[in-house]
Amino acid sequence: MLIYEKSQAGRRSISQAPITSTTNTKVSDIPEGLLRKKKAALAEVSEMQVVRHYTNLSRRNFSIDTQFYPLGSCTMKYNPRGAHKSAMLPGFLGRHPLAPESQSQGFLACMYDLQEILKEVTGMKGVSLTPMAGAQGEFAGVAMIRAYHDAREDFERTEILIPSAAHGTNPATAVMCGYKVREIPVDKNGDVDLAALKEAVGPETAGLMMTNPSTCGVFERSIKEIASTVHEAGGLLYYDGANLNAILGKVCPGDMGFDVMHMNLHKTFATPHGGGGPGAGPVGVGERLLPYMPTPIVGKESVDGKDVYRWLDEKDIPQTIGRLSTYMGNAGVLLRAYYYARLLGREGMHRVAEYSTLNANYMMKRCENAGFELAYPGRRATHEFIITLSSQAKNLGVNAMDFAKRLLDYGYHAPTTYFPLLVPECWLIEPTETESPDELDGFVEAMIQIQKESEENAEMVKGAPYNQTVRRLDDVKAARELDLKWSPAQES
Amino acid sequence: MSEIRPELKYLVSHEWLRVESDGTAFVGISDHAQEAMGDLVFVETPEVGSTVTAGEEAGVVESVKAASDIYAPVSGEVVAINEELEETPEAVNNDPYGDGWMFQIKLSDPAELESLELLSAEDYVAKVEEEDQ
Amino acid sequence: MPYIPHTDEDVKAMLDTIGVNSIDDLFDEIPKDILAKNFDIPEGISEMEMMRLMSERAAADSNVSCFIGAGAYEHHIPAAVWDVVSRGEFLTAYTPYQAEASQGTLQVIYEYQTNMANLTAMDVSNASLYDGGSGMAEAALMAIRANKKSKSRKVLVPRTISPLYRDTAHNIVTNQNIELVDVNFDSEGGNTTLENLKQYEGEDFAALIIAQPNFFGVLEDVNELTDWAHANGMLVIAVVNPISLALLTPPGEWGESGADIAIGEGQPLGVPLSSGGPYFGFICCKQKIVRQMPGRIIGRTVDMEGKEGFTLTLQAREQHIRRSKATSNICTNQGLVMTASTIYVALLGADGLSLVAEACHENTNQLSVLLTSLEGVETAFNRPVFHEQVLRLPVSSESVLEKLAEARIQGGIDLSTYYPELENCVLFCATETKTNDDLVAYQQALASVLAS
Ligand SMILES: Cc1ncc(COP(=O)(O)O)c(C=O)c1O
Repeated sequence: MLIYEKSQAGRRSISQAPITSTTNTKVSDIPEGLLRKKKAALAEVSEMQVVRHYTNLSRRNFSIDTQFYPLGSCTMKYNPRGAHKSAMLPGFLGRHPLAPESQSQGFLACMYDLQEILKEVTGMKGVSLTPMAGAQGEFAGVAMIRAYHDAREDFERTEILIPSAAHGTNPATAVMCGYKVREIPVDKNGDVDLAALKEAVGPETAGLMMTNPSTCGVFERSIKEIASTVHEAGGLLYYDGANLNAILGKVCPGDMGFDVMHMNLHKTFATPHGGGGPGAGPVGVGERLLPYMPTPIVGKESVDGKDVYRWLDEKDIPQTIGRLSTYMGNAGVLLRAYYYARLLGREGMHRVAEYSTLNANYMMKRCENAGFELAYPGRRATHEFIITLSSQAKNLGVNAMDFAKRLLDYGYHAPTTYFPLLVPECWLIEPTETESPDELDGFVEAMIQIQKESEENAEMVKGAPYNQTVRRLDDVKAARELDLKWSPAQES
Repeated sequence: MSEIRPELKYLVSHEWLRVESDGTAFVGISDHAQEAMGDLVFVETPEVGSTVTAGEEAGVVESVKAASDIYAPVSGEVVAINEELEETPEAVNNDPYGDGWMFQIKLSDPAELESLELLSAEDYVAKVEEEDQ
Repeated sequence: MPYIPHTDEDVKAMLDTIGVNSIDDLFDEIPKDILAKNFDIPEGISEMEMMRLMSERAAADSNVSCFIGAGAYEHHIPAAVWDVVSRGEFLTAYTPYQAEASQGTLQVIYEYQTNMANLTAMDVSNASLYDGGSGMAEAALMAIRANKKSKSRKVLVPRTISPLYRDTAHNIVTNQNIELVDVNFDSEGGNTTLENLKQYEGEDFAALIIAQPNFFGVLEDVNELTDWAHANGMLVIAVVNPISLALLTPPGEWGESGADIAIGEGQPLGVPLSSGGPYFGFICCKQKIVRQMPGRIIGRTVDMEGKEGFTLTLQAREQHIRRSKATSNICTNQGLVMTASTIYVALLGADGLSLVAEACHENTNQLSVLLTSLEGVETAFNRPVFHEQVLRLPVSSESVLEKLAEARIQGGIDLSTYYPELENCVLFCATETKTNDDLVAYQQALASVLAS
């Protein structure tokens, strides 16, 4: 039931009235023509109704706090409660984004420290925290690549190369930055097709965007040759940090030859995903792109032997691509990531890749032993791996989506389905380092059960899920008969 | 196996073309294409009066999980569009060669038909079979 | 090791299953020479130590009385809002790709879309953008795609719109060779007039952006500006403050036919100031251009038994399907913060929002009276405002603000940084959180600063 359907004209959460509202005739100085005529159709409900309504809605969600959630490419690891709690300290919540620096030293110190840690663990020379999600980090990165070529008056570079397995944000970003996209095929081992890459690079190449490990869940072994191929052609290399969890502490993107990258802190640095966001997508850059970093950035000076932090802006970084958000980005998310980074510290940072890789390889082996088909047999899993259910689809009529829906009935969130697009009927499974082997075993057992069910009663599996709050939804109706909001007229 | 009409011409990108005696041609997508897309939820046609160029994008078909460009098989002016599709995109699924037609072009250069790489029904069958493998 | 549950026995058993001797063996596909060295970062610390550090740092920035607005506003946030939002089921869920396991989030978004569409009197809303400034960039790009009659890649942007928004939007759209053209404002009213627009008449622009209230807090004549833009073949993008919409004409009703796109900063609706984010951008539009909308959209539908349910829809606009032809690259949005706003709006209702809007308006007017009673202090513009006001001081605003800050009063922002012609001008805001005592304290502090 929608909140509007619980509404009663005249009901209100009286406790929320502001102090000064003794009369409401004080807007007489606003011309009649600029005033609202009819009040907005919103719910009229009591405070308890609101709390109950949304608490009950929350219970209709899977989440990391309630379930194993092995969504590939999304890094659904434990989100420390302490991180949330410390970001919600009143001093941080109350700070206005334009507050004077003299009354912002606590916050700025956290941001400065975070910049330094991120620089170190990625092997980059500079970090700007401002992008608000991975996709905006990509935008910042590609815009810097453009600024770099423009500054050299190299205007012929009109293309960004992107492996066909790439995430959709990569090509969409390249276009938002005014580039044409040229796709590079991926071979049957999940590696970029080097010959095709060599053919594609040239004077029109502005750069290559890729992630390593790739979205195929395998490490790109020829990364150094890819890097030199692109560099020799005069292009720059962009690292999509969505898969940073696989290498955090093991390999620095800077050492692989990448010139610029983003990090998805809502993945690798354990900040909560919030049912769709917010995230944070800081960018790291190598030497060549330092002059173009997006603002603001936090700088540190020593004044009378004391550390003083201040914002760096256009005056300090005259060639910057500028600000990409009204203020400084998703500060609260950055505070949570900072908390996480400090708890892990030097040693803990190395453990991230190790244990996420251990978990993924263990699960992959168990899946293989149970008879599931690996997309890249013979390769190591990274922090994630792919199985393909195409033989189940062909022989039993149960496809990757059916399997996924049935898994929900077993209390597990489904892995990423049908991505990357080049593996048919695929599941991209990412357990993360924060899951115990018991949880991984339970998941594999559920898969084995579903396989059995599919062999015995395919129709049943195709009808799943059964014990969620709704059965399978009619997406086609949703798109053909658009119903995007409640309106009072529907009531009558 | 999907239906392929012998009297039509096809593109490798799965559009069909039916040339009329009055110098116009109708365009739609093949039965094979609609099957591969699944239930269509939206069809974007070019505007009447606009000109389209052979091989260039002229519209889009969307299903829930995919979107695919429609390329103009020939060049010319768009003289009519199938307005019904705005409300009932499913017509393309139900009757791709009939009620599911998308737009009608007045050919700017009928000679183009000879020079363009349009597939005969036979060639298109071969192409579809090749794809299925 | 923080957050890693494995025991030594676990690790050994897992390695045995995999058939390798050590965890390092799992990295044998990676060329040796790129393996990372030791990091030069601090050793890990415990939750207790970290909480202490964070508490100290947070405390260092608190105990101030904030009169800064400029796009981010201090409002009372009901306790229930972040209590409910912080439930793990909202906090730690991913984007609702598996609809059956995400009905909670999906219904919240549907209710959010309803709230925003009804507040703005527009047809549809998306599920949020990053923030107001980047939202304005998305709206400009959307208008260029949607205005089929215009061939222009230019958008008219009055200087009365937040300079931070203009800067952000410019930095985003400039890469596609899109130009945001400045429109000057009336120096007495602090608003955009038809006179200011006259020189652009007959020229091809994709859209005119109109902010209500504008950056100076001033109310624009939105009806005549909207009609002017439509008469000149432009779409209208409204930039609005959602709290103000309880009082002011919603964009969908501006002029003869209403704005085409409405965007804004959602922060006032239950989101703490928190240094600038996470906030959320909202974007609403007319139904006929919904396919040009960026970002996620939720629709109501039924399941296979005919029961009502919610799901992502119109996904063919988005990057995961449309890739290089998507309407935007946005993927992760500001879901949790949007959830907070949905709960906030439910708690306040239309009447509660009106009370808040009126209290803000009243407090700002009240503070204007108090401050302009001081010698040499006057308002810079003569038109009515919503909940911000520009003051002209007899001396440099920068130094006055600094001295006020020493008295722990954040008195506003120095406008001359953004508008050289507004020398000695301060933009301040007094929301419903301020009591009469707070207003008087500001007045007294300013009086003593000016006297010194
Ligand atoms: C491989 C990859 N690249 C980029 C992104 C985009 O990141 P974000 O959603 O934070 O914008 C994602 C995440 O969704 C991803 O998985």
